Amino acid sequence: MSIASRRRFQLGLLLGPVSAFLAVFFLGPLAIMVVTSFLAPGLYGGVEWTFYPDNFGRILGFADPMFEEFDPIYIAIFLRSVEIAALTVLATLVVCYPAAFCIARLSERWKNFCLFLITLPFFTSLIVRLFVWVLILRQTGLVNEVLLSSGLIERPLDLIYTKGAIILGMTYVFIPFMFMPVYASVEKLDWTLVRASLDLGAGPVRTFWRIILPLTAPGIAGGAVIVFIPALGNFVVPAVLGGAKVMMFGNLIEQQFLAARNWPFGAALAMMVMSVMLVMMIAQVVLSGRRGRAAALAR
Amino acid sequence: MQNSIVRLVEASKAFATPEGGSVTALDRIDLDVRRNEFLTLLGPSGCGKTTLLQAISGFVELDGGSILIDSEDMTDRPPYRRPVNTVFQNYALFPHMTVGENVAYSLEVAGVAKPARREKVASALKMVGLEGMEGRKPRQLSGGQQQRVALARAIIARPKLLLLDEPLSALDKNLRQAMQIELKTLQNELGISFIFVTHDQQEALTMSDRVAVLSGGRIQQLDTPRAIYDHPVNTFVATFIGASNLFEGTLDGDRLMTSDGMAIRHQPCERKISTKATALIRPEQFFLAEDNAPFPTIEVDLDQIVFVGSTFELFGRTAEGRKVVAEVPANRRSLVGAIEQSRKARLAYDPSAVHLIGERGGA
Repeated sequence: MSIASRRRFQLGLLLGPVSAFLAVFFLGPLAIMVVTSFLAPGLYGGVEWTFYPDNFGRILGFADPMFEEFDPIYIAIFLRSVEIAALTVLATLVVCYPAAFCIARLSERWKNFCLFLITLPFFTSLIVRLFVWVLILRQTGLVNEVLLSSGLIERPLDLIYTKGAIILGMTYVFIPFMFMPVYASVEKLDWTLVRASLDLGAGPVRTFWRIILPLTAPGIAGGAVIVFIPALGNFVVPAVLGGAKVMMFGNLIEQQFLAARNWPFGAALAMMVMSVMLVMMIAQVVLSGRRGRAAALAR
Repeated sequence: MQNSIVRLVEASKAFATPEGGSVTALDRIDLDVRRNEFLTLLGPSGCGKTTLLQAISGFVELDGGSILIDSEDMTDRPPYRRPVNTVFQNYALFPHMTVGENVAYSLEVAGVAKPARREKVASALKMVGLEGMEGRKPRQLSGGQQQRVALARAIIARPKLLLLDEPLSALDKNLRQAMQIELKTLQNELGISFIFVTHDQQEALTMSDRVAVLSGGRIQQLDTPRAIYDHPVNTFVATFIGASNLFEGTLDGDRLMTSDGMAIRHQPCERKISTKATALIRPEQFFLAEDNAPFPTIEVDLDQIVFVGSTFELFGRTAEGRKVVAEVPANRRSLVGAIEQSRKARLAYDPSAVHLIGERGGA
């Protein structure tokens, strides 16, 4: 065996288990979902094996009125989910970006301590952490109690079961996901480049836009993708903090599978989310691939 | 005074150490840099030379004293508002910009229109021998080319002063020597003052109009390379620049008597204030004595004879056990052959070439 083929063999051996696992438990179910989304719903749940594009028609507006009815509410919910996910990305970025600069300048020991603190929430159950927000935000919750007793307001504010509450909860949940990639790129930032920019006459603001931001952009892009994708499909946060009032796409899918028992329609909704995510991921791979090729060319 | 482009008055800076103490980086430094001058700040690491440079560029805030550039007080001005540009040690090229964008950066910041910018970039790149490289990325260039881009970027806006922070230290020896000459030429062409920081004494001697030798946050000596080499004011400067043989002792007429009984002849001079002094003889001032030569000599046992191309370096020891180093031209092979046999040499010197260093620094 040549060295190259032995290398390939070893690599295959190492990648084997994870490939097999993903094939069986990810690609398999995914294929089932794709097929299901084109099947007709059974009367009492389950599916009927006939080609049935009206699941998508119901969402996108080409449904055969004989079977399904087009309802723009699905697109509306989808757009609202995109909006909430995008705002979550923005909010986590606003919190994490400056923090990353502060932490990157600490001594090694404090750095590690801060990174530990940021991962600390993972040690507690997500549901428990979200219910704490319920206690804080509800009508008789901490915020309203404080504001009422201080006389700033006369009637309790509607804080919970709003879009704002969902964004707050999502931001809280996804901060570590944004922080890690952003921090990685901020820590790598070469400060002599910042000095060079100042030296060449660019003030702090221009130096930020022309030097600091572009050089930390890969981390921001990475963080944005890994926050946006799970935020878009998230159903736990809106279920707890949005209640029945504000629904996101994830809740809709969950409802179709568990409550309405319309599996094909649920699968079709899931396909919609997946396709958007796929487009985003491909875009990211293409963009970073272009950067990678430029780097390879330089070597 | 219009002849000075930079003036430092009692510039002081101390840094806190992690242990809670403080280190003096600049100890009330006074310095005048002349217009159109190539000034080198030379010293061992930690002598304050980089701090001094950064105080001029604005990255280090002084604890006391002031800095004037072209008669204007710059002490409290941020770096981006000083008419000074820097070539950084690791070049600090912006990796996400092309060579052209890098070089144009200061013009872009200053709001120069695009066509004028393009023209100036082309001529700056031509000046450093990188015509037509505008479209490349810094990563695609060699170390020497990156160095030139950094240089072009720093001179394009015609600063009143160019600061160079050990810019050649990452280059290999041949390239470094070529760049030394190019830098000097460039400085003449541009007609602006260069302040160059290095720990390499050879580099300092080669390029500079004047050299400032720093140690312990103070300027030990500021003078032309020749004056610094031939007439160092103290033993620190004497040993830091070039190789040296130092003989401490007491003056006695035209002799200096060392404590171990050696007598070093020197030219009698008027300023004989102190009786204690140190005599400096550079290795190349020694020559191999013919028997009847009318010069004083030092007899040594040779430990080593090293051939370095144009010269031989002789490492010897006097009867008193004092180490002496001498450098003799390699074209005197027959003489060297003789001493190689005997392992002994009589090193002669001209008393007028002996430099006396006074006890308190005064020469």
